[in-house]
Amino acid sequence: MSARVSRRTLKIVAGIVAAAVGLAACDAPEPAISDAQPMLRRLTEDQYRNIISDVFGPQIIVAGEFAPILREGDLVAASAARATVSASSFEKLERLAHGIAAQVVDPDNRRLLIGCEPNSAGAADDQCVRQFLASVGRLLYRRPLTTGELDRVAELSATAARGTGDAYGGLAFGLSALLVSPQFLFVADTREAGAGASAPLRLTSVAKATRLSFFLWNTTPDVVLLDAAENGVLDTESGLRDQVARLLGSPRLVDGVRALFADMLALDKFTGLEKDPDIYPAFDPMVSADAREQLLRTISDQLVARAADYRTLFDTSQTFMTPALGRIYRVPVTDPSGWSPFEFPAGSDRQGIQTLAGFVALYAHPGRSSPTIRGKAVRELLLCQKVPDPPGDVDFTLFNAPNSANLIARQRLDAHNTVPTCAGCHKIMDGIGLAFENFDGAGQYRATDAGQAIDVSGDFDGVPFADPAGLAAALKNHPGVPPCLVRRVVAYALSGVVEGPQASWEKYLLERFADNGFRLKPLLEAIVLSPNFFALGVATEPRQEAASVVNSNPEDR
Amino acid sequence: MTLLVKSRHQSRRALLRGALGGAAISVGLPFLDATLNDSGTALASGAPMPVRFGTWFWGLGHTPGRGFKALEGTDYRFTDECAAIEPFRQDYINYFRAFNAPLDGAASTVHFTGWVAAKTGAIPSGFGRIPAPTLDTFVAEAIGGSTRFRSIEMSCTGLAKDSYSYGRAGSHNAGEVSPLQLYLRLFGPEFRDPNAATFTPDPRLVLRQSVLSAVSAQRQALVRDAGASDKERLDQYFTAVRELENQLQVMSSAPPPLDACVRPQAPAEGTPTLQVEQSLAAHDTFSKLIAMALACDQTRVFNLLYSQAASELRAKGTTFTHHILSHEEPLDVDVGYQVETAWFNERSFIALAGLLNQLKSTREGDGTLLDNLLILAQTDTSDAKTHSVIGIPSLTIGRAGGRLKTGLAIAGNAGPISRVGLTAMRVMGVPIAEWGVKSLRTDQPITEVMA
Repeated sequence: MSARVSRRTLKIVAGIVAAAVGLAACDAPEPAISDAQPMLRRLTEDQYRNIISDVFGPQIIVAGEFAPILREGDLVAASAARATVSASSFEKLERLAHGIAAQVVDPDNRRLLIGCEPNSAGAADDQCVRQFLASVGRLLYRRPLTTGELDRVAELSATAARGTGDAYGGLAFGLSALLVSPQFLFVADTREAGAGASAPLRLTSVAKATRLSFFLWNTTPDVVLLDAAENGVLDTESGLRDQVARLLGSPRLVDGVRALFADMLALDKFTGLEKDPDIYPAFDPMVSADAREQLLRTISDQLVARAADYRTLFDTSQTFMTPALGRIYRVPVTDPSGWSPFEFPAGSDRQGIQTLAGFVALYAHPGRSSPTIRGKAVRELLLCQKVPDPPGDVDFTLFNAPNSANLIARQRLDAHNTVPTCAGCHKIMDGIGLAFENFDGAGQYRATDAGQAIDVSGDFDGVPFADPAGLAAALKNHPGVPPCLVRRVVAYALSGVVEGPQASWEKYLLERFADNGFRLKPLLEAIVLSPNFFALGVATEPRQEAASVVNSNPEDR
Repeated sequence: MTLLVKSRHQSRRALLRGALGGAAISVGLPFLDATLNDSGTALASGAPMPVRFGTWFWGLGHTPGRGFKALEGTDYRFTDECAAIEPFRQDYINYFRAFNAPLDGAASTVHFTGWVAAKTGAIPSGFGRIPAPTLDTFVAEAIGGSTRFRSIEMSCTGLAKDSYSYGRAGSHNAGEVSPLQLYLRLFGPEFRDPNAATFTPDPRLVLRQSVLSAVSAQRQALVRDAGASDKERLDQYFTAVRELENQLQVMSSAPPPLDACVRPQAPAEGTPTLQVEQSLAAHDTFSKLIAMALACDQTRVFNLLYSQAASELRAKGTTFTHHILSHEEPLDVDVGYQVETAWFNERSFIALAGLLNQLKSTREGDGTLLDNLLILAQTDTSDAKTHSVIGIPSLTIGRAGGRLKTGLAIAGNAGPISRVGLTAMRVMGVPIAEWGVKSLRTDQPITEVMA
């Protein structure tokens, strides 16, 4: 049976895409997001590390743990708008801050990083202190320090210099104060009065610069962008376009795109990913790290370097390889020292990022594959379809088959069909996931499972397929793929999701996405040049009323 | 003076003058007002031994009918998969059964709703959404302010996210996953041996406090324009700052001597994986460290997670996790239960017994640490196979300084599981009248176990 979907099927799918994006409605005005609230986002670990590297250089090591932001929904970017700092997190952040500051003032780094030399080794030089702290403070706070803020950290540096008898030691404490400050750790939407007496509040120019930089580069605004913001250039249409063109044209865009897809594909789950060494001896921590990196390299290569159609991600044979990954893919590697481009041969089952080791190993168990987890990942991550949680009252004894441990996956999962409450959801997950059964729990190819041939055929939303290549074609042409990316990118850009106006904006952007051949960069450009990008934020879902605990009013019951 | 606070408290200015010059402050021994009385049951000052609090979590409940038996009163035994803790039952444990997590029409999110209800007194609106602070944080607010660490969280899964302790505004207290890192935090360079002849405060402490003071000064400006939700998050941040300030303040003072305190050996480097053998080893090491942390009064509150809800622990070289086994392992018709699942359940209680042995072997006055603490042991479900939140078992362990009776089995008669949490908080002195929301709201602690 042919591994490919029929030409007729592709035409049907293409028609569905055209209908979904509403190509006939290109002239419709851009819907506006209104009633948005200012937001406060906690820096993610990657952002923190990027900022330290950008401000002080890669030689400064961020050594130590960083309490992660727990993923509450589809994106950590949205969770960041709900996250705060616990006591144990702050303890770690304070330790990190002092460690970074100590490295910055270290004799090996101070000449390059501080930019001035104190008059005396044993006491603070106020001018040098202020010059340094104002300079780095502007990058860390993403705006110039106020006079009061600069006075406070300069005074602290002077006190510490007296206490330690070391001008640089004093400076380190002033820098530490900046690094543990909420002004650094939280990204706040600062507002100002709009033009005209009755105009609503709007984002300040520096807040706009901050949004741009975190969205496109996943880091703090650079000096050029801050200059443009502080000079008012960013508030002009041409100034904004110039900066957007600069940001999109920079190699740093790769950092932003990697962050976006790391979040969208939930690659934070690589933390703690493990495979049983007895079952998968080839899968070690280096493989795990390289598998994650392979996914991100492949994505950024296709979408940024090659400016390919987004949907190409799901049937591309092009990727990159390392010696460690060569063990998993069982292929020769041309460069034994690092990364080298690699293309899977024609007819390979490795087509698309969903067949790379990073994806199939991440979405599997430590000791075996999991069609259910893989199918769920495709539905939720790539199609934005929410698979309902399993019912709370299902009785698994109903299909506990004797010797089930010896059954292969398809046989075991067939048992789900015996329970109606299970069958509905498992049908939409398992059907896709079984197509990946040629890849074991570590992402290695296998022809058989428990000595039996593996049947990887199936049906994906009405499109039959015979193997992973067929699934790749079906996924690439699935009408839900482009809208899902738009939805995720918009939510990532705004750190949240609201229905209504945002959904209309997504539809508008989807049209532009299709017009531009489903290429990522034009989509990013359309988002950041939209007034909606600088709307004051998106209201996040409020937390449930906290349990009242102390002498609460019985009337509240 | 009590053991709790303010021994030899010095002003920041005085410390700046003295300590920054590198002067060591000599502390004469014995430190009379902090030593034990003749009977060893209290401090010489008359203050009672401090009562500590811990939570211990294991995933996937138990096999109904095995281990926890449906008995009541004192006539019961821990058998089969719970047999490891039977030696502690009479003197230290109470078993709570038939307490429920009433859903009030909400959906039960499997392996999540049960423990969230037990720890927060509220039903979550979906997976990952913590509706209120967990009860350990209220206890920490009540008793944790005078030690270096308000609380210590540990996870034996290798994953920092596997800590079920949440403060206000959803702030997560991540778990320590490396025993060595925990050791360095507790007993590393910043540890001051309470039994040392001299006390030399770290001169940097005062400057670190000054940094935090500079941060706290920003509160007004930052909170002014924030919305209600953001204000709550910022308040939590500034609370964290204050807690660290307090920690530094405690570290600035010479600790009173504590006979049971001995700086332990540093454990080997390494973080456990989800292999049950490694989790058990990590649990054993964490148990030793936390016992000594309590004995050295570095903290009075801890949260130790042995396995996650929906435990992903697995035996080396096997393909099925504890969770998958609980659902898919067939019943062994000869014995009438899931043999491999029961094996994992048994490991949970072997781990718990290891912790209790460690605490019991740490003498304190004429008793042990087990006499002066309360551990609340909780899980996510009753019968994991059916994801049931009906009759979730839980335990109290320890005598809480005489505030708890022991050896009892209490039937909840389908009452809310929040009663167990309220009882624990009341015993620990949290000033709380009632707790929980909707059907989990209760003002009825379980007085049968309160001395």
